[in-house]
Order: sequence, then structure tokens, then C-alpha cells
Amino acid sequence: MQAFDYASARTVGEAVSLLTQHGERARILAGGTDIIVQVREGRRSVDLLLDIKEIPEVNQLSYDPINGLRIGAAVPCYKIYEHAEIAAVYPGLIDAVSLIGGIQIQGRATLGGNLCNASPAADTIPALIVLRATCLIAGPQGTREVPVEQFCTGPGRTILQRGEFLLSFRLPPPQKHSGARYLRFIPRNEMDIAVVGVGASVVLNEAHTRFVSARIALGAVAPTPLLAVEAGEILAGKEISEENIQRAAEAAQAIARPISDMRGTAEYRRHLVGILTRRTLQGAIQRAKKEA
Amino acid sequence: MSKKVQVQARINGEEVEFLCEPRQSLLEVLRDELGLTGSKEGCNNGNCGACNVIMDGVLVNSCLVLGVEIQGKEITTIEGLAGPEKLHPLQQKFLEYAALQCGICTPGFIVASKALLDKNPHPTEQEVRYWLAGNLCRCTGYDKIVRAVLAAAEVNHEERR
Ligand SMILES: Cc1cc2nc3c(=O)[nH]c(=O)nc-3n(C[C@H](O)[C@H](O)[C@H](O)COP(=O)(O)OP(=O)(O)OC[C@H]3O[C@@H](n4cnc5c(N)ncnc54)[C@H](O)[C@@H]3O)c2cc1C
Ligand code: FES
Ligand code: FES
Repeated sequence: MQAFDYASARTVGEAVSLLTQHGERARILAGGTDIIVQVREGRRSVDLLLDIKEIPEVNQLSYDPINGLRIGAAVPCYKIYEHAEIAAVYPGLIDAVSLIGGIQIQGRATLGGNLCNASPAADTIPALIVLRATCLIAGPQGTREVPVEQFCTGPGRTILQRGEFLLSFRLPPPQKHSGARYLRFIPRNEMDIAVVGVGASVVLNEAHTRFVSARIALGAVAPTPLLAVEAGEILAGKEISEENIQRAAEAAQAIARPISDMRGTAEYRRHLVGILTRRTLQGAIQRAKKEA
Repeated sequence: MSKKVQVQARINGEEVEFLCEPRQSLLEVLRDELGLTGSKEGCNNGNCGACNVIMDGVLVNSCLVLGVEIQGKEITTIEGLAGPEKLHPLQQKFLEYAALQCGICTPGFIVASKALLDKNPHPTEQEVRYWLAGNLCRCTGYDKIVRAVLAAAEVNHEERR
């Protein structure tokens, strides 16, 4: 592996100043499950790996029904799914964090790393998008907040500017009669990269007969994870029916811009978008019906 | 070349101090600097589990941890499992059930299984299989490994160190 320096920042200010000083030559080290492999394989070259895990703000994990959920960028996956209350309130997020790698990866891999690595196939991104998660970003000018769907700009590229890094995520408390689900398709049961991933969230009316609103997000079918705006909007105010779910699935297929690669052809991926959109919507509806 | 960093940690219950370059993985530090060659390198990219160690109670791939990151941490490697007189029940059951052939995957499987039993002393077969999904074995076909872990879980709790 190439040589580089290592520093562990203890405060947000210290991290921002080191990142500002080194620019593109510095990368954050969170769980290291992407960056260590990339540097070792020569796919990325760095002068400095900056460990943020000692900074208190990136380790937050708290939920309350008024403010919702705050997850620090460096909280590893297992801490999220082992938190009983969070697991009960945000099963759609748990779907995604419990899919990443095996147990050894989940002990290290973070939500912040999954987003900032900006892989089009990253599992947590569609789940975060449908849950209306926002990113709190720290930088030389202070902090700013951005919706997750605006964060990635291309494969491996994000809106982060020189000196900036991701501090934490905020997820609003779930509305009444709402539910969310994330599913991915892989050729085996465990340990693989999504051929397609789809997240869906729904809010239902009190009688559980109609959609009040819906959000659908797609992974691995475009250079970045996508919020399928129209596919969600089609469902607003509509009756819960196979037909309406099918229309949403077709709208999701229409915005998918998949490529063909070793994991599947573009045609196959578009087909999977339809299947998974229907399944995640049905899963989200089921969960919403269980919520009083 | 970047400067070597001094690191202090607790490994298998002993305080250790070593110098390492930031680019050295924990696996390289264990094997090349500390002479703990029980942890194996299979893939060196997080896919096989041969390098598994327990870090502050959490199962990790030591090939995906930097040596400098373990400052102040507690690490358990395969060398830390057996007592002075006898093998850890997992090691004993792996032998009894012939859960290894070439053996390169074995330290990783045993350390991973220890992390499982520490957390969940009586796992179901399915729980064992899911937990071990991040460990690859080219030889055994996995079944004997799963049987050995389930058998070790049966060994009286007090016997387990
Ligand atoms: C065997 C294996 C299986 C995997 N399986 C999956 C899977 O099923 N699904 C999936 O989506 N991914 C998978 N991954 C990829 C990886 O584990 C995830 O993307 C993980 O969430 C990355 O988190 P990390 O903390 O390890 O990131 P790191 O490697 O520490 O960082 C990733 C990137 O993000 C940057 N970064 C990290 N945190 C911040 C921050 N707070 N601010 C700014 N930049 C930051 C880093 O500089 C780096 O470029 C797998 C990886 C391996 C090795
Ligand atoms: S050598 Fe670390 S996971 Fe394979
Ligand atoms: S015994 Fe040979 S790889 Fe498992």
C-alpha cells in the first residue's frame, strides 16, 4: 500500500482545518471498509487519512418522538440495528443497515461512509432518501443542512467542498400511519452488491384505504441513487390498489437509466425496478397498517 | 515514507507497545511486528474473514483496520482463546467435528464464532449460518463448521473462558 499520514481529530474545528489545509489529498477515515481497500488497491491516492471517530458529534445516536432521529456520520451499522427503540421506529432503515456486508463489516461500516463513498449501489442511500433524511455538513463557514437526495453528484462524487465533511444525519419522526421498506436484488443471500435496490415509504389515511403520500428511491440504476419524484407523487390521494401500485412501478422504471455490466443488463435492471418497487410499496403499506 | 507512530494497546490481555507505519493494517502489525501469526490473510479486502479479531468486543476484519487505529483498544486474536492447559471449547469441537481441512480459514471462523457465543450463547443453526456469512471456507462445505459451533454452544457455560 502507498504511504500516507494518519491523524485523529478530536474536534470538528480540528478536522475542518486539516481538511482545508490538505484539500483533495486528505480523505476521512470512518469504518475504513471502502477507503482502506481503495487505497490498498491503488484506486485512490491520499497524503492523509483523517480519523474522525474521536469527535463526539459524529458518534451521536439519539431518538425522541419530537425531534426524530440523529445519527452521527461515524456510527457503525451494528449500533443502529442493535438499538431496540430505533429498530422499532425505523424498520425501513434497519432493512438497509443490516444488509451491508457480513457481521465483521457491520461492526465497522458507517452510514456516513456509505453515503460519502457515493456508490450508485450503496444500500443505505435509497432508504435514507425515502425517510426524508437530511445531512448536517460541517465546513470552514460553519454548518449547512442538505437533503440526502442532493448529496451525491456522480459515482464517488459528492457536494462536499474543500474543508467540509459530513457530521450527522437527521431523520424526522415517522408520521402516523406511515411505513417504509428497502429491498435489493442480489444473486445470493448475503455478501453481495445490489444489482438494483429500491426504497419506498408511504403515509396512509386513517382508514388505511388510500395513500396520503409516498416516496420511492432507486439504487444502482443511474450514476447516483435517485429519488423517483413522479412515481411517488402518482400515488398521493389514490386508493391502495394493485393497479395504482403498478402505475408507480412503471413511473419508477421510466426514470431508471441503468447500464449493462457484469451484474446484469440494463433491460434486466429495468425489469427489477418494476418488481422491487411493487414489493417495497407493499412492504411499506404493511408496516404502515401495523402503526396505529 | 511517512513517520512511524507509537501505539499502545491491550492484546489478549497483555499491554503491548509497538511502532507502525500508518499504512500497515492491524493484520500486518499482528503478523509482522508482533509475531502473532494465527490471524491469516486470505483476501486482504474484507471478503473472507480469515483475519478476524475482536476489537473492544466487536468482531472486525483486521485487514480493514489500520494498526494506528488500535491505540488504547483491547484486541482478542485466536492466540488469546486457549487456556494454558486446555483448548477453548470451540477449538476442541472444531477438532472433534473435523471442521477443518487445510485450516487457513479456521482461526477466522473460531474468532468469529467466539464473538457470536459471547453475545448469543445458544444460537440457532440459522443464526450461526448468518453470523458466519462473512467467513469463507474453500474446503469443508461449512456444514461441519456449523455443527462444531452448535456443539461448542452446548458445552457448559462455566467451562467457557
Ligand atoms: C466485504 C464487503 C462487503 C460490503 N457490502 C456492502 C453492501 O452490501 N452494501 C453496501 O452498500 N456497501 C457494502 N460495502 C461497502 C462499505 O462497507 C460501505 O459503503 C460502508 O458503509 C462504508 O462505510 P465506512 O465507514 O467503512 O467508510 P470509509 O471507508 O471509512 O469511508 C468511505 C468514503 O467516505 C468518506 N467518508 C467517510 N465518512 C465521511 C464523513 N463523515 N465525511 C466525509 N467523507 C467521509 C471516506 O473518505 C471515503 O472516501 C461492503 C464492503 C466490503 C469490504
Ligand atoms: S484477509 Fe481480511 S477479510 Fe480476507
Ligand atoms: S479448511 Fe481450507 S479453507 Fe476452510
